[in-house]
Amino acid sequence: MNSDIVLYTGRLTKRFKNVIAVEDLDLSVSRGDIFGFLGPNGAGKSTTIRMLLGLIRPTDGEIRLFNRSLENNRKDLLGRIGALVEKPSFYNYLSARRNLEIFATLTNRRPDPRDIDRVLDIVALLHRADDKVKTYSHGMKQRLGVAQALLGNPELIILDEPTAGLDPKGIKEIRRLIIELAQQGLTVFLSSHILHEVEQMCRNMAIINKGRLVVHGGVKELLNSDSDIFSVKVDRPGEAADLLKTREWVESVEALSGAITVKIKEQQVPVMTELLVQSGFHIFAIQPQRSLENYFLSLLGADNV
Amino acid sequence: MFRLIRLEWIKTFNKLRTYIGFIAICVVLPLLFIGLKLDKGRFLTSSASYNVLEQNFHIMGNLLNGFFVSQLAMYFLMVHIPFFIVLVAGDQIAGEATAGTLRMVLIRPPSRMRIFAAKVAISLIYTIMMVLCLAVLSLGLGIILFGTGDLLVREEGLLILSEQQAVCRFLIAYPLAMLAMGVVAALALLLSVLVENAIGPIIGTMAIVVISFIISETPISLFVKIRPFLFTTYSKVWQKAFLDPIPFNDITISVIYLFLYMVLFLGAAFFIFNRRDILS
Repeated sequence: MNSDIVLYTGRLTKRFKNVIAVEDLDLSVSRGDIFGFLGPNGAGKSTTIRMLLGLIRPTDGEIRLFNRSLENNRKDLLGRIGALVEKPSFYNYLSARRNLEIFATLTNRRPDPRDIDRVLDIVALLHRADDKVKTYSHGMKQRLGVAQALLGNPELIILDEPTAGLDPKGIKEIRRLIIELAQQGLTVFLSSHILHEVEQMCRNMAIINKGRLVVHGGVKELLNSDSDIFSVKVDRPGEAADLLKTREWVESVEALSGAITVKIKEQQVPVMTELLVQSGFHIFAIQPQRSLENYFLSLLGADNV
Repeated sequence: MFRLIRLEWIKTFNKLRTYIGFIAICVVLPLLFIGLKLDKGRFLTSSASYNVLEQNFHIMGNLLNGFFVSQLAMYFLMVHIPFFIVLVAGDQIAGEATAGTLRMVLIRPPSRMRIFAAKVAISLIYTIMMVLCLAVLSLGLGIILFGTGDLLVREEGLLILSEQQAVCRFLIAYPLAMLAMGVVAALALLLSVLVENAIGPIIGTMAIVVISFIISETPISLFVKIRPFLFTTYSKVWQKAFLDPIPFNDITISVIYLFLYMVLFLGAAFFIFNRRDILS
């Protein structure tokens, strides 16, 4: 196996009595990657993450972290991983610093007190370090959750829906933080059901649905991101669609009520705009459609999402 | 292992509920003793057995003394102490599962066995502290308010133990009470691994203790047959420390049974905890 693979699952399966939560899941994540783990709610993402962290025993299959079996090397391997599983939970009656001391002591025999200040500083909570966690807002708890995942300088961090429940400002902060962490060489395994989030941050991704792997690969390759879908708000959409169909650089076009959906390469957008204007159409707006969303829907079918 | 116990200590002793038991003892005991002081011994002298004693013997000295009231406090409070122990021991795993911190702990390197062992240790430490609190406060306050003297024991007739004997009997009784309460803590831990809400183990353990206690105490032939299988039958072992001669054989048998129950409860709890999928 490639030594750059830090996370690997082979035919990973989990059954709860008669319910199959995860089935034959094959994943591999390379060192330094931001890997998006995508799927609708209830797809099996959290069950997979819990198996990766030893919280749930797989029914079948193999988990290898840093090229070593999790089953036989749990203690060593978990010491190299930081994780945030679902919503962050803390001892609310203790301060943030005290909470981190507890988790740091569980991670390392002799935790460095400077490490706690370091991670609090990264998530901009150093000034509230001695306040009880029960006085924290949801966003601050989420940031503290990321901070505890960074204790002990892990090589791999697993984040399960890290922006869940955050306001736009909080979401932006967490995303910026994840990108910064990856730039420092950390491998990030990011679970999310927010398509835009994965598209923005991840280089590689896997999509699962109903416990099964749907697709696995590079975000750009999978999306064929040279071509994108644009919604063009135009008067007489039927005629505009007919006109565009005659051009070979238009991959597909569909007329809707008040707009057309066009699949073209991004660099062709000015050409399309010029053509429509010169042909007497009035353009009111051109909006790129989130490509991953379309891709996702096309893979799973709207009913499954 | 000590660092894990230290962490459990920090978590447990920073919670308000941990102190409810200590506060209750510190409130109830002075109230009881002040009440007895104001009663001026009528509680003792009005009893039929005391009257029989007074008619047949010439009583000198102070029978309503610190040892007597401490033994009385033990009888009163040993019924209530399990509730305070369950509040803490029952919360050890179920409480963390409810709060979501259990998964935060279990994704770290220490094994489940070590985490569980630390939780057992802190539950037993708390149990010991609870009984010690009762011992120190009742004997200390009792001696300050009522002085010392021979201990009148109203168990299987009337028995009077000298001061020195009384001290020895308390030194035997309190550790036995700790062991009996340790079994309650072990049962609470067992229920704590079975459910994922903090209230369940508390109510469940108390229900089991109360029902077992009723069966152990009610003289119905069906119950008499069940009795040997209930840990509550053996948990009154501390009372035997005040008999004369001390029935060491009975005490040994009870101690062995209590240890076996503790091992059984903790073994089952660990087996379940170690195999359980953490879904909370």
